[in-house]
Amino acid sequence: MSGEQSHHGHPHPGHPDHAHEHDHPHGEGSELSPIELRVRALESLLVEKGYVDPAALDVLIDTYETKVGPRNGARVVARAWSDPAYRDRLAADATAAIAELGISGRQGEHMVAVENTAAVHNLVVCTLCSCYPWSVLGLPPVWYKAPPYRSRAVAEPRAVLAEFGVALPAGTSVRVWDSTAEMRYLVVPMRPAGTEGWSEEALAHLVTRDSMIGTGLARDPAGASAGRP
Amino acid sequence: MNGAQDLGGQHGFGPVAPDVDEPLFHAAWERRAMALTLAMGATGSWSIDTSRHARERMPPADYLASSYYEIWIAGLERLLVEQGLATAEEIAAGRSLAPPAPVKRVLAAADVPAVLARGGPTERPATAPARFAVGDGVTTRLANPHGHTRLPRYLRGRPGVIERVQGCHVYPDSYAHGAGEAPTWLYAVRFAAEDLWGADAEPDTAIVADLFEPYLTPG
Repeated sequence: MSGEQSHHGHPHPGHPDHAHEHDHPHGEGSELSPIELRVRALESLLVEKGYVDPAALDVLIDTYETKVGPRNGARVVARAWSDPAYRDRLAADATAAIAELGISGRQGEHMVAVENTAAVHNLVVCTLCSCYPWSVLGLPPVWYKAPPYRSRAVAEPRAVLAEFGVALPAGTSVRVWDSTAEMRYLVVPMRPAGTEGWSEEALAHLVTRDSMIGTGLARDPAGASAGRP
Repeated sequence: MNGAQDLGGQHGFGPVAPDVDEPLFHAAWERRAMALTLAMGATGSWSIDTSRHARERMPPADYLASSYYEIWIAGLERLLVEQGLATAEEIAAGRSLAPPAPVKRVLAAADVPAVLARGGPTERPATAPARFAVGDGVTTRLANPHGHTRLPRYLRGRPGVIERVQGCHVYPDSYAHGAGEAPTWLYAVRFAAEDLWGADAEPDTAIVADLFEPYLTPG
């Protein structure tokens, strides 16, 4: 996690409750941090006003903690690797092809799939905010929303990739997709060698979240349990 | 607007430093912040464009010192006040001091799956033919609007090529300000890195961004 994005240990200059700076870890003692108090107060107010139903909040949280995440995208990629006709449909109309697998919805309304090849490596960023294909990848990681990635992915993508441990072969061009509107991008990573005949389910385990953002590659089948998320 | 949110090409933020074992949420309050933001969005009191504009109006020093969920909470508080759903005094007190304002709907727990599955599509029927086709050369406008825009600074006044025609979509520059959806053709426009960063560009690199027709001029 980058220093700018730490949820504690910085001064929170914008909020009147932040009369003191605090460096202690949160959530371990009885003392609530300013942001914890602030969010709690806001929820109390919005519930009292009748604008939000706390039970709906619980369902929203459960949805993104347990139901919607990068396993959705991994199913799409594994199907594309396994079924050439599906791969063609995904390239032609990703929203419809992804919906075939029962995956659709918020922050995935208008999908585009971009396929990595030996010639082109695709990388996705949102320089203006945090646009991310929730329906296939879930909620974005902190680094995706933080200034280092958002500032640098468009200006020095190879240097950024190196920080993720990705070194592209000479001759591979880079294409960076800045998600400036409501189109959401899913990178289809290259299928690893040595996976001929694998089931879709087995293939899906090789498809990492980062490989579908473009900051990673699919897992090496020889060490399928290792590597980044 | 040229706020702190427009980060493309800025220097000095350091390495990306991805966290290998990053949890989905880093604290309990982040869960509530996410859910409150979505639930209030579901009341229909503002659009996603209006909410983005609320976040990007955060003072730049505050924006850069805040985590993303802190930015969401600050934006939500701003929207509540601006839309007349709560006062700053109520937000500070954490309790209601006046009757609620009417909202279009309140998201019920049972409706969450359907509402999320429906999402918020932005494509609309075309009201005019697309001005550009795949392969056309374009130049982005050089402008510095004070209002909401999705044309980042690093892509202004630059030559590019139409890569994809994405359909006719709600125009954020209008809708964020309550001025109507004003559906507008949207294009994926490809730029050579050299045309954005000059001699400091990495080799053999292209940047593609989704840009609305009013951002583009022919040639």
